[in-house]
Amino acid sequence: MTAVEIIMFACLAIGVVFNTLGVIGLLRFPDVYTRMHATTKATTFGSIFTSLAVIVYGLSMFFSQADSQYLTLAIHAFLAAACLAFTNAVSAHAIARAAHRSGIRPVLAVVDRLAEANL
Amino acid sequence: MIDAWILTVICLTVLMVLATVRLVLGPTAPDRAIALDTVNTLVIAAMVIIGVIFKEIIFVDVAIVYGLLSFVSTLYIAKYIGGEL
Amino acid sequence: MIAFLVTAGMAFLLYLVLTAGSGSIGFWSFSELVMGVLLAILNGLIARNFLCRSKSYRLLDPRRLLQLLVYVPGPFFVELTKANLDVAYRVITMKIRPGIVRVHSGLKTDLGIFMLANSITLTPGTLSVGIDEATNDLFIHNINVSEGDEKRDVIESTELFGLANLPAWIRRIAE
Repeated sequence: MTAVEIIMFACLAIGVVFNTLGVIGLLRFPDVYTRMHATTKATTFGSIFTSLAVIVYGLSMFFSQADSQYLTLAIHAFLAAACLAFTNAVSAHAIARAAHRSGIRPVLAVVDRLAEANL
Repeated sequence: MIDAWILTVICLTVLMVLATVRLVLGPTAPDRAIALDTVNTLVIAAMVIIGVIFKEIIFVDVAIVYGLLSFVSTLYIAKYIGGEL
Repeated sequence: MIAFLVTAGMAFLLYLVLTAGSGSIGFWSFSELVMGVLLAILNGLIARNFLCRSKSYRLLDPRRLLQLLVYVPGPFFVELTKANLDVAYRVITMKIRPGIVRVHSGLKTDLGIFMLANSITLTPGTLSVGIDEATNDLFIHNINVSEGDEKRDVIESTELFGLANLPAWIRRIAE
């Protein structure tokens, strides 16, 4: 195994581990807000790392074979990861706000300033 | 011997099935919405890797478009749940 | 006019990135470049009033863009990594003490609030739930409210981040 392959497989392993943690959190946590913590952070991070493996693969093949389709692969994988990171944060905020507006209160919460504020 | 890329896609597929459990069980509508969002994220991650396995860049392009469309649909579901639609 | 140029320029840049590696002029082929210019002009005509609605062009300043390019892979990525280790710890041990707290942001512009809310969602233990439009305060679901914080009315935004001072970075970029 070369150094590039080791980096690639390490990225894939990190990505799969964090995606798994995210899904386990989705299944284990008690209410919608804590589940959102698990899914938003962990699956975004995991997917960024699996895309990073693809970027490393594309760049290494581009520099060793000088075939421009591998450069296209790397750039498009980067764009997919960027879209993912950006849209996941926004949609998590949208769902959290909608859940609070529809009357779902956090379970086990020690404090809820938003319900007190009455917006 | 199984390739590492294919192994990753298999793991991600198993995770999608596990997330679907929450999609079926989820007591409230926002639970189902975030489970669907998780499945979408995993599908995008898997499609980028499938693009490497089959050496077809079109999979990655489809993943980008799929991500943007799923973002729009999630926002729409959120607006509906929040009672603003 | 500036709005049209900005929108068309960004559309053309995105087209160039998406079609890199198609030909021999640099990385692009001639037909892709012509098509990119046409689509960018069309895009600028249609979308100029949506993309530049606030009529403020602070982000065109190259120093701010440079800082944005340092911010995302630098302090932001460090906090993102820390957030994921934190989530991994919580998922395995289930030690949670959730609560929604009010955080004073101190930012005035919409762009600053947007960046802070997104950064908060992806950084340790916090998730933005709502915004007080009048005072620009954020309501944050914290997965582990530290002892005593549930008594306080308002928390400063700098207390949420451990390693890097993200609100100061955002203020330098967006305001």
